Amino acid sequence: MAVETTTRAKLRWGLLDVLVVVFALVPVLWIASLSFKTPATLTDGNFIPREWTLDNYRTIFHTDQFVRALVNSIGVALIATLIAVVLGAMAAYAISRLDFPGKKLLVGVSLLIAMFPQVSLVSPLFEIERQLKIFDTWLGLILPYITFALPLAIYTLSAFFKQIPWDLEKAAKMDGATQGQAFRRVIAPLAAPGLFTTAILVFIFCWNDFLFAISLTSTERSRTVPAALSFFTGASQFEDPTGAICAAAVVITVPIILFVLFFQRRIVSGLTSGAVKG
Amino acid sequence: MADIVLDKVSKSFPDGTVAVQDVDLEIADGEFVILVGPSGCGKSTTLNMIAGLEDISSGELRIAGQRVNDKAPRDRDIAMVFQSYALYPNMTVRENMAFPLRLAKLDKETIDRKVDEAAKVLELTSLLDRKPANLSGGQRQRVAMGRAIVRQPKAFLMDEPLSNLDAKLRVQMRTVVSRLQKQLGTTTVYVTHDQTEAMTLGDRVVIMRGGAVQQVGPPQELYDHPRNLFVAGFIGSPSMNFLHAAVQDGELRTALGTVPLGDRVRRELESADAPRELILGIRPEHFEDAELVDDDTRRRGMEFEAPVDIVESMGSDKYVYFTVEGEKASAAELEELAADAGAADFAGAGGNLVTRLSAESPVAEGQTRRVWFNLEKIHLFDPANGRNLTLHEGRAAGALAD
Ligand SMILES: Nc1ncnc2c1ncn2[C@@H]1O[C@H](COP(=O)(O)OP(=O)(O)O)[C@@H](O)[C@H]1O
Ligand SMILES: [Mg+2]
Repeated sequence: MAVETTTRAKLRWGLLDVLVVVFALVPVLWIASLSFKTPATLTDGNFIPREWTLDNYRTIFHTDQFVRALVNSIGVALIATLIAVVLGAMAAYAISRLDFPGKKLLVGVSLLIAMFPQVSLVSPLFEIERQLKIFDTWLGLILPYITFALPLAIYTLSAFFKQIPWDLEKAAKMDGATQGQAFRRVIAPLAAPGLFTTAILVFIFCWNDFLFAISLTSTERSRTVPAALSFFTGASQFEDPTGAICAAAVVITVPIILFVLFFQRRIVSGLTSGAVKG
Repeated sequence: MADIVLDKVSKSFPDGTVAVQDVDLEIADGEFVILVGPSGCGKSTTLNMIAGLEDISSGELRIAGQRVNDKAPRDRDIAMVFQSYALYPNMTVRENMAFPLRLAKLDKETIDRKVDEAAKVLELTSLLDRKPANLSGGQRQRVAMGRAIVRQPKAFLMDEPLSNLDAKLRVQMRTVVSRLQKQLGTTTVYVTHDQTEAMTLGDRVVIMRGGAVQQVGPPQELYDHPRNLFVAGFIGSPSMNFLHAAVQDGELRTALGTVPLGDRVRRELESADAPRELILGIRPEHFEDAELVDDDTRRRGMEFEAPVDIVESMGSDKYVYFTVEGEKASAAELEELAADAGAADFAGAGGNLVTRLSAESPVAEGQTRRVWFNLEKIHLFDPANGRNLTLHEGRAAGALAD
């Protein structure tokens, strides 16, 4: 009886899992499949391409438009991530360790920023950036990205810092470390999984952004891939760009997957076990 | 090596909590001092102030004659062992122990030599390449000790270092700590919650209550001559028995009968502001089965009869619990002690009398037994302020002293 219910429960869960995975993966795989199809077979409705081709990829990498956008995307996202994680780490460390006046206010305001509807900021930002002459520059994108990524970074990182026993820091101080040495040699290595997790989240946020990318840029100079895709025309104006757009979509998904796979090994929870009794 | 002096040291936290109040303490070079008291009495705060992990609100702290109030922990040259061990989980045992030496910028050979030496003393040599996560509780504890001793600091501070170990390991580690301290001769301040550690480990014991020092002295002195009700009740396991006693016509009416008073105590009780009600305290080992007492001894005490509740035979002697009638002793200190120990461990003020009788006593449960107790070992306390009234020039003199 008991065995029956467990096998049935397992079956039910298995079915549900498959359903969810299919639901999530089909559109992605479909795009991948479209990117390998020739223009002639593009609309034949087959999930697996009849005629395989790499033409779409060749096309996009021969278009300056796309290559330039890719460089912009990588540059903007990496710089914004680096700055947001460093600033976030310092803020989160202070929030989790110190009792300073205005701490609650700081946390509250940063949450408020995270919840602020970004659409409503687009026009003011547009005006401000034009006045400051940073419209359509990397800086013009990096600044708002940092602003909106910081609450996320602070929030995730302070959760990680709180998990690190305070005694470790005291022990480091007793062992003769300065505040800085204690942070660098004891706390930071333990917070590494948190730093990587945060870096991934922030990077994905910057990488995927479309709203700011489309409204705060006007030329190829700083347009990132998500925005560039919407201007995509294919090799010539008269060609249907669907295949090329799909290829570009696949190309910009790959770094994210690589990023996650690369850091996954480092996001090992339980790294702190053994520090204290338990 | 250094002496440590606390001169009217106080600590109040920003939220208004006064955790430590005017603590005066002189710890001699090489001395092993125990800080003991109920949870929340300010032991850790005191230790952290010595360490430099907490600021001192007022008063002065001197190490080796030098004022160190404003020095960072790293400039005080003191090692600390934490209750949680606080080992660095990302480092091996060797790296953990080498950490203070590497920060001190010693050369690699010296570091290796010192770590190996310390590891040998603590029997950690075979574990040097393991991470803390792969060690047992006892091993982690030893690594924490190792990290403290490698750099030969001026003093050791230990905050309940054994309280996370199981009972058997705790006994084992207690002897390790004791031997280590004697070997190294380093000034040590050791915080504990544990009776036995307090009695067995240190040269002197400091009893704290609510941030204030109650009494400082060698363990035996605190046991025999407690200055007040709190110290009397805190030291000793099972704890001292406390009974209500009313002063009447120069005698004491108690549940154990009328206790005669010597001249000295009587004079003290005749002064105008002397209390009319007292608390009588007597330790379990100062009772004896009346049958087994010789005449000489009998004269120094008195006898009573009471029904036997429970007999616990320990082999060497018997713990016998009697039920006694009469009003219960009540004082703030007793309530606090009962709350800290858990009602089960602190029978002191209940209607129960705990006695330790000779193993030869034929006492059995359900009997009514005649019991003798030693009047020279009685303590009388003022319930209002807890003061021990039988104390004369620091010595407890019993009820009969002239
Ligand atoms: N950071 C703090 N802020 C406010 N009160 C504190 C703080 N740390 C400790 N206390 C209070 O100070 C008192 C003494 O604490 P502690 O020294 O840790 O006690 P013990 O180690 O003897 O158990 C307690 O009442 C505790 O609540
Ligand atoms: Mg404590």
